[in-house]
Amino acid sequence: MASSRGFARPYWVALRYMIVATIALGIVYPLAVFGVGQLALPAQANGSLITDAGGTVVGSSLIGQSFTDADGNALPEWFQSRPSAAGYDASASVGSNYGPENPDFLDEIAARKAAIAELEGVDPSDIPVDALTTSASGLDPQISPEYALLQVPRVAEARGLEESQVHDLVESAIQGRDLGYLGNETVNVLQLNLALAQLG
Amino acid sequence: MSSLEIWLAVAQFATLVLALGLIYRPLGDYIARTFTSTKHLKIERGLYRLVGVNGDSEQSWGAYLRGVLAFSAVGVLLVYLIQRLQAVLPYSLGFPAIPEGLSFNTAVSFVTNTNWQSYSPDVTMGYTVQLIGLAVQNFVSAGVGLAVAIALIRGFSRRSTGTIGNFWVDLTRGVLRILLPLSFIAAIVLIAGGVIQNVAGFTDVTTVAGGTQSIPGGPVASQEAIKLLGTNGGGFFNVNSAHPFENPTPWTNLFEILLMLAIPFSLPRTFGTMVGDKRQGYAILAAMGAIFVVSLTALTVFEAIGSGSGPMAAGGAMEGKEQRFGIFASTLFGTSSTITSTGAVDSMHDSYTSLGGMMTMFNMMLGEIAPGGVGAGLYGMLVIAIITVFIAGLLVGRTPEYLGKKLGPREIKLASLYILTTPTIVLAGTALSFAIPAVRADVESTSIWNPGLHGFSEVLYAFTSAGNNNGSAFAGITANTPWFNTALGVAMLLGRFIPIVFVLALAGSLASQGKVPVTAGTLPTHRPQFVGLLVGVVLIVVALTYFPVLALGPLAEGLQ
Repeated sequence: MASSRGFARPYWVALRYMIVATIALGIVYPLAVFGVGQLALPAQANGSLITDAGGTVVGSSLIGQSFTDADGNALPEWFQSRPSAAGYDASASVGSNYGPENPDFLDEIAARKAAIAELEGVDPSDIPVDALTTSASGLDPQISPEYALLQVPRVAEARGLEESQVHDLVESAIQGRDLGYLGNETVNVLQLNLALAQLG
Repeated sequence: MSSLEIWLAVAQFATLVLALGLIYRPLGDYIARTFTSTKHLKIERGLYRLVGVNGDSEQSWGAYLRGVLAFSAVGVLLVYLIQRLQAVLPYSLGFPAIPEGLSFNTAVSFVTNTNWQSYSPDVTMGYTVQLIGLAVQNFVSAGVGLAVAIALIRGFSRRSTGTIGNFWVDLTRGVLRILLPLSFIAAIVLIAGGVIQNVAGFTDVTTVAGGTQSIPGGPVASQEAIKLLGTNGGGFFNVNSAHPFENPTPWTNLFEILLMLAIPFSLPRTFGTMVGDKRQGYAILAAMGAIFVVSLTALTVFEAIGSGSGPMAAGGAMEGKEQRFGIFASTLFGTSSTITSTGAVDSMHDSYTSLGGMMTMFNMMLGEIAPGGVGAGLYGMLVIAIITVFIAGLLVGRTPEYLGKKLGPREIKLASLYILTTPTIVLAGTALSFAIPAVRADVESTSIWNPGLHGFSEVLYAFTSAGNNNGSAFAGITANTPWFNTALGVAMLLGRFIPIVFVLALAGSLASQGKVPVTAGTLPTHRPQFVGLLVGVVLIVVALTYFPVLALGPLAEGLQ
């Protein structure tokens, strides 16, 4: 074999190999997964979308939403999600990436603490950690049961409902740990608020 | 953590260990059979004819290496071109062509199994680039790592021969018989958990509170499965496995961790089976497992205590963590991702406590060997085993031999050069970022997100991640700049292929030897003493190399 041909040969093999691999792994494989997903598990494969009573899609049970006015102030008649570095813009997920000593991070925690204490009428030391910190994704759909229960009196008052009624709603919305032992107990804020809207 | 949470964490970890234990033998032996069988599948014979390879021929280490390098070079070129052509490709969601610097960085990143992402995929990459460019490399870059590891094992198992296998055959079998079927099953499982697989683009909705939201679609599950199984780590979305569409529940989180660890933790079995002494595999496994457990415990304790001004003001280290995961599901994922070469994240490492963030860096600095990336972890650990045998030989006067092979000057030189490569890249890259005045000004004004010591850690993390082909980041850093796209791209290339040169040279050198008989002077390498010595060498080599630079960043921040 001539040395020049010997040198070039692996590149020629590699190019042909990559073309075959691209078709098999880049097109056929994802299409096969797509086919099985759409046939067997269409709800999940299409984003776990949820509809309101009228059948209109209002979001995904997996993607958090904000319940604030245009200026970012909490709407008192809705349960509030965690703070979000993405502003719950689902087309651009992002975390704050604040380091533990970043002064801006400390300022934001202090500001949130004051705002939540005022909104809910509670002592700042009673605010759970998930209410004061932004999530990794900026789209976290869930809050802790403690934070949901903390919001009950304010939501009940804003809606003119009995506190016990709203409290029971939150209790029934608490999702246990996965398989009984994985992760945290959570409340899905969007689903809770949809149930709340049904209540009146 | 409360005592209940500690028990739940132990139960979660026990589940993972049980699952890995159950697959250790069957998967490890299956991989061994895959690479020792002399039979080709019909589809493989067809492929070899199509691409012009003789599947029954054997290669010298030099020819094997030329195959690896040619294949990777063509891969970089293709992924680069696909990105540059994005504007005219279908299913690109209207995104424009990706600029030259970023295309170079991303092409290198995916071909080297790093999956560093200087970009935010949500707003940069259409479906076509992700599918035919990035996801394809997720498969084949893992296949290359696996092939190189198998070649090194053959160096130990073969006697007096000039060949170490056929790269094209090893690559094909790794992808076709191992990665592809497992990924397909894993992708379906992930869809069942809520991971999406569609081509719907964005769904615009009016939210419950009257706002608007644009919910993304995409072929996520097919990519998520191989991203983890191949220890690649490049997210379909910007926030990677923290995104609810990539990792919706605590059980998918545990499943994704299992995918990252499945092949790397089973390869010691493959090794033991192929060299004909399964105890050797258990010794390597024990060393990997011990380092993993200690590292996981340290990170979990640091995050659970939550020291530092921010975490203490908030009442815990939950900044950059998802409510459904909490502390332990995040630290288990973070450890698994950085101690393999995956680099996926389900929580933001930049927001970890100072010492917690240091642990994720430390995992990578270990050289990603406990258990490390697909293939790369095993060959890294075997190189350190060679060093350990040599050191033990000096200490107690044993003849330096490992698995019946003499470790002479050539072998020790190659192993030493391997170990020196990544620290040189990491430390030089970090130092240059601050030593060149113009670069420093750009790094400090444009790239660094967090002020002070943490900003230095972001740069150190970036080069540690690139040099070790991990791909995770202290993601506050803005890396889409000429300096980082270029420097990290070069770091990834050197960090991947220079070690591979040494490993394949080592494989060739070992394969050419005969077998040295076991004598009273031979150091047993399957006993706990050797495992302890191996762990000790890992820690001493790494700790001494990186301690000064860690003291400038995370250690200083955590202790101030």
